[in-house]
Amino acid sequence: MPLLAIVALAVVTYSFRLVGPLCRGRVTLPPAATVLFADAAAVLLIALAATSALTNGHDFAGWARPAGVLIAGILAARRAPFPVVVLAAACVTALLRLVGVA
Amino acid sequence: MFIILNMSPLWRTRGSASSRRSASSRRSGLLRGSGLLRGSGLLRGSGLLRDVALVCVADGLVGLSFGATTVAGGLPWWVPVAMSLLVFAGGSQFAAVGMVLAGGSPFAAVAAGAVLNTRLLPYGFAVADVVAAPERAGGGAATAGPTTAAGLRGWLIRLLGAQVITDESVAFALRATDPERRRSAFWTCGLMLFAVWNVSVLLGVLAGSVMRNTNALGLDVMFPAVVIALALPALADLRTRFSAGTGAVIAVALTPVLPAGLPVLAALVGLATGWRPRNSGSRANGSPTDGSPTDLRREAVDEPTGER
Repeated sequence: MPLLAIVALAVVTYSFRLVGPLCRGRVTLPPAATVLFADAAAVLLIALAATSALTNGHDFAGWARPAGVLIAGILAARRAPFPVVVLAAACVTALLRLVGVA
Repeated sequence: MFIILNMSPLWRTRGSASSRRSASSRRSGLLRGSGLLRGSGLLRGSGLLRDVALVCVADGLVGLSFGATTVAGGLPWWVPVAMSLLVFAGGSQFAAVGMVLAGGSPFAAVAAGAVLNTRLLPYGFAVADVVAAPERAGGGAATAGPTTAAGLRGWLIRLLGAQVITDESVAFALRATDPERRRSAFWTCGLMLFAVWNVSVLLGVLAGSVMRNTNALGLDVMFPAVVIALALPALADLRTRFSAGTGAVIAVALTPVLPAGLPVLAALVGLATGWRPRNSGSRANGSPTDGSPTDLRREAVDEPTGER
């Protein structure tokens, strides 16, 4: 990850943050745009979670990792506290690997 | 921070604290301070401090795992540290690093992170009034140029405040109603999160660089687990759920054939499957003049009830 990429992401991110405070009272954002941004973020995150749970490079990641992510999803859907979600996922995956499940 | 969408999983942990908070913050209204940078918000009302501290603990864990997984994946120590200081948006940090670690190009990583952070744009509109300097927040700040000392200070505060616009600080700000309380909630949460996030990432980097065989510890599952927990609250809407499901199938199906990073971006095609004009009644009934994200505002109102 080159420094230039980090700086580029930082500049883009900061400009998103700054537009609202700079335009206050002069420009408004259509509600449809707000909804679209939120949906795009949700779609990206779920796709990211799915690919990083199931794949390693171009290949299947094995069963231990998706099993942990599944537990995380169930716990998160049941509104378990955030630390519980993450630690439970890691424990499930680690235990599965300990007993020989890849 | 980053955290991404609305970090409602975090709110969950402080449901009981929230109800106590409303009583204590009413009492503490008399103690309202004046100087923003003197930390009046930090001193007023232990309820706010307690709630913010709980969010900081949860985000601290995320920061630890971000720092640890990034260096365990093979990236140099300064990458997570610089990202946390400069980008300060956890979801996009995880996304960008995850794509690079999976072999994706830095360009795709920046693109994915940027799309994730577009939500900060409506956030900025929603909290524009509290990001401004307090003495000008009543009105007219938008027209004040950096011509006087006070004007210059106001602009500096606004530039600094913009950097601490995060899911959490915005949610805290929108939860309060009167301007002074909104401001102290925003700044308290924003500044504390900035400190906690960067320190925890640094600690994670230290931990990750001494650990061996992190996969045996299940560390590789932390990233998708964090992302799932962050994204789930945004899936309350059936249409969004459909878009996300379609996008995930597209991304996974394309992973064996496309260069790393691109499948996740291709998932945005899923947006089209769920998109249809919505009736504006339920979503757009906020204040049409300030373009606030009414979703967030509604959640901010609901949240103290502990429903989420």
